[in-house]
Parts: sequence; C-alpha cells; structure tokens
Amino acid sequence: MNIFVCVKQVPDTETKIVPSADGNFIETSSIKWIMNPYDEFAVEQALLIQAANAGSTVTVLRVGSTKDTEALRTAMAMGADDAFLVDAPDNLDSYTIAKALKGAIAKSGKTPDLILSGKQAIDDDCLQVPQILATMLDLPSVSVVVGYEGSATETTLKREVEGGALEVYGVKLPALVACNKGINTPRYASLPGIMKAKKKPLTTLSLADVGVSESDRRVKYSNFTLPPEKPPGKKFDATDAAKMPAVVKDVVGLLRTEAKVI
Amino acid sequence: MDFNLTPEQSEIKDLAMKFAKNEMMPKASHFDEVAQMPIEILEKAWSLGLVNTCIPIEYGGSGFSAIDSMIITEALAYGCMGMNTAIMANDLALLPIVIGGSDEQKKKFLTPFTESYKIAAFCLTEPGNGSDAGGLKTTIKEDGDDVVINGNKMWITNAGYADLFVVYTTMDPTLKHKGITAVVVEKGTPGIEIGKKEDKMGHRCSDTRAITFNNVRVPKSNVLGGMGKGWSIAMKTLDHSRPMVAASAVGGAQCAYEHSVKYAKDRIQFNVPLSSHQAIQFMIADMAMKIEASRLLVHKAAWLLDNGQPNTTLASYAKAFAADSCMQIATDAVQIYGGYGYSKEYPVEKIMRDAKLIQVYEGTSQIQRMVIAKEIFTR
Repeated sequence: MNIFVCVKQVPDTETKIVPSADGNFIETSSIKWIMNPYDEFAVEQALLIQAANAGSTVTVLRVGSTKDTEALRTAMAMGADDAFLVDAPDNLDSYTIAKALKGAIAKSGKTPDLILSGKQAIDDDCLQVPQILATMLDLPSVSVVVGYEGSATETTLKREVEGGALEVYGVKLPALVACNKGINTPRYASLPGIMKAKKKPLTTLSLADVGVSESDRRVKYSNFTLPPEKPPGKKFDATDAAKMPAVVKDVVGLLRTEAKVI
Repeated sequence: MDFNLTPEQSEIKDLAMKFAKNEMMPKASHFDEVAQMPIEILEKAWSLGLVNTCIPIEYGGSGFSAIDSMIITEALAYGCMGMNTAIMANDLALLPIVIGGSDEQKKKFLTPFTESYKIAAFCLTEPGNGSDAGGLKTTIKEDGDDVVINGNKMWITNAGYADLFVVYTTMDPTLKHKGITAVVVEKGTPGIEIGKKEDKMGHRCSDTRAITFNNVRVPKSNVLGGMGKGWSIAMKTLDHSRPMVAASAVGGAQCAYEHSVKYAKDRIQFNVPLSSHQAIQFMIADMAMKIEASRLLVHKAAWLLDNGQPNTTLASYAKAFAADSCMQIATDAVQIYGGYGYSKEYPVEKIMRDAKLIQVYEGTSQIQRMVIAKEIFTR
C-alpha cells in the first residue's frame, strides 16, 4: 500500500504567541515547533497499517516554511519512509495547502491507496484541509475517526458524533481518513529512530513545483492582534447565610443587566 | 566556538524531555513514596535508547558523544532524579568495561545490554571506604584460571536488580592504588549476598544495598585491563561519570527553577504575585544564572572528553558547582513555596531531598575541591 500522511508543524502549546510586525501572521522567529498532535495519531496509524500490510510505504507530506523541519523529521524518526516538504509561507489558507499537498502527492510518483491526516491543526483550527484535499482528488473522506480496521482495499472506520455515540463507515480504498485522539497511542521517536531518520530521503519542492501560485490563495490574512485581556471575574461573598439573599439578588441582577444571559 | 546544539541533539533532547514529562514526572512522587524501582518506566526508557548511552556503536550501542549523554541525563533528571540514578548507574557500571575492557569482554558483557533491558551495578564504596576509595579492602586472589573475591560493598545502586556487577577489589591493601583491580561478576555467581534495601532520604525509588562477596569465583578473563590496573580505569570512569552526575544536577535544578517561576507568578501575597517582590526575583535570578553556568561547565567537561583532551579538573568543576547549585536552588525553591514547599503535596520537597545526594555521591563536593586544589598547587 502507498500510504501518505499529511502533517502540519504548529507552535508548541507552551509558546507565547505574538502578532508579526506587519500583522499578517504571528511572529515565528522564536517559536518552538512541534508536529500537530492530531497528526501524530495519523503517523502512528500509518505505521500500524504498514506493519499489517507487508511491502507498504509511508510517505509524509508537509506544506510550510523550511526553516525548521521538526515535524517531518519526527515522523521519519517514528518510522515513516520518506518525506516531501513544499516550501511555502506558514500562513497559507486551507485551499492553497490542499492544492499543494495534491501536487506533492503527484510529484511523489506514487498513487495513494490511503491518505491519513489529523482531524485539525491545533494552531488555526480550520478543520478544512483533509476534506478539500479529498474533494480535489475525488476520494471519499471521513474525519474525527477514532477507530480503524481494515485490509489493503477497504476499511471500517468509527467516527465520533455528538453525545459520545459512534458512527460506523465502511469505506473502499483509496480514501482519506482524518484521525482524532483515541484512535491509537502514538509511539515515541526512539533515539535509534532519530539516527536512522537522518538517512531517509526528504525532498523539498517549491510551490511552483507543485503547481500552486499566489493567485490560488482564497483567504488572505491580515490584522493579527492579541485577544483583549479578560477582565478579572467578580467574586461574591456568600459564606454568611444572612448575606445570601442579597448576594443572590445581586448576581441575578448582574446576569440580567451586565452579562445579559438571562 | 558554537554553543548551539546540533539539530540531532535538539531532537534527542526533545525526546528525552518528552519522556521525562510524560512518563517519569507523573509517577515520580508515587515511586518516591513506595521506594520501589520503576521497572516498567526504566524498561520503556531502554526501549527508546535512553539507557546505556555509553555503549559504542560496534557493540550495539547508539554511538553517542559524551555531550549527547549529558543532554539525555539532564532531561531524565528533570523528570525524576531518583529514576535517573537507576538509569545513570548502568552507565557508571558499564563505563569501566567500555574504558578498560578487551574487545572480547566488550562483546560478551556490553552487547547483551543492547539486546534487552538489563541492569548493572558499580561496586566501589565499602563500609569503611567512601571518599578514600584507594583504601578499599575487598580482596581478589588468583587461583588457577579463576580469581576469588572476598569483601563487603556498601551503597551499591541497582544492587537488588543487577544482572552484572563491576567490582573494585585489591590484590593487597598495602599496595594501595597499585593493587586495585576491576572485575566483572555476573548475577547468580555463588557467594554473592545482597543486603536489604537502604531507607534513604532521597532517590528513594533507586535500589541501594550492601553486597557481600563470600569466596566469589569468576574466570580470570573477567578482570578488566589486568590485575592491578583498576585504579586508572576508575579514574577514567570518573572523567565521564562526574560530568554526567553534574548534568543530572542541572536537570533537577531546572525542574525546581521552573516550578518556582510558575509558583511565583501564581501566588498572590500583599495583593501582588510573588514575582513582583524583589526578594523572590533575586532568588529566581540566582537560580537562572547558576543553572546556565552549571550547564556550560557540564558541556565543556563533556566536550573536552569528546575531543580527547584531559577533563579531570573540568569534571570536578562541573560536579561540585552543579551539585552545590542544585542544592541551593532546590532549597530556595522550597523557600519560595513557603509552607507549601515543605509539604509532599508539592513537587519541590522531593527535589530538595534528591538534590542532597548529588553533593554526596560520585565524589563529594569536598573531594571535587581536593581534586581542583591538587591540580592548582601541583601544576
């Protein structure tokens, strides 16, 4: 099986985010990048499927800046065979990224039997790239997947829906599957794995190589600002039973007039 | 000069830190409380290549540089200094084989450690000989193709679980350093008596015991570097292991520091966070300075080793400075936490107990100063 995994590199969750000077994105110079945690599930799933289907290959794809290749190196250290990086600004919109990924798959020379990704990236939370890519490739796609079973030609997927219920899908491959937490437990990239990853092929492509130009952009980002600081919450002292009626009256009044929720 | 880690070293550090935060830290308090070896965690660390970093590539190891080992050790000690001691003790015991062993001995004794998780113990200290290691009294006598070992060892890390012991013995105590002989003893050899587990102040999950060797007979081919060659092997071992212990002090200190910074931001006194009080700011600034200085000393001591230059003095600088700094930083962390710092409910109490041992084992802070002063006045 030719298994592809789309990964995104996102700022470490502990990173302090500040808007860039031009306001068109965030300041990236001092960011510590990690692989998008949902994509780790996708890489792990790809490796599990590879182990169950002899002769399969796992290729990781990423669109983004080349300054740091953390996510791809981690995926290869976990066990992926090779990687394609499309050198691009980090603030592309979902459509352009999907188109670049499609181009990268074509450049790999392999026809995908399965494309895996995380269900969303934890930085911009767009939740769009997997579905757009599947549409572009005319493949079936299922997202928020928490269970995967299957062969080289078809798969049974479990998908989480509201209220903790599961939907079950039978899907013929090739298909695109976007993974959610719970599908597996991602392995660590072991130290021998890190050493081996250095020798694995990482091909860098330009946007032009994958047939993408500036005119493909559907969304242009501008005016990044930090959210306004939250005013401190109000505290009401109702420890004394005698004060309670007055406090309740106060709180109800504020919920009506200030918060306007009742 | 280049103070940057290589991309590969950054990845090694990330993995080790991830392991420390996800696997070690959440269990550190539990294993401290029950005082048991966290075998599952240690095994998992081994499976990721975080244990036995000193084994050369030819014998199945990862071929790490000394600096790589320091990076891993710092991260693991950040997770738990006690668990790191159990991990680091393997290196301490295997280093004499790496340094003084023949090709055949290395194949025989090191390779199994790369095939499955095995535990090793370094046996130098005795009930009557700690800092004065050259005065040890455990004897080794040649008998045909064998050697026979008799004596008592004390404070042996990993003793209760060890598959292999590297034992320092003497051909004759009157020979002092010239009689010291290092020999490998495998688990199950008749005559090894393992004592009860010591009830320690810190590093409680690591398994520390006394060992008695009663007419323990092993083939002469287990002697490392030949009879009477043990002292120089021990000294070369320390050149590697002291920076490593110093690296563990940096990890413990870094953890205490990060807890302190977070607490200082969260805790409100006199209507402002602790971090607004200059008295607290200065303590935390001192912590940051000492950690950075310690880390640089560790990396320089390791860099000298990697470049084949003498590092004994730097190793002592690093060991004494990092250990003393770690103790001070852990003590100040408890001070910043105030009453909460004295409680086991908060993490800094354990770090303070763990920090103390770093000033004691692998050459006390005073022994390090003796090494340094000797170098200064005999130069």
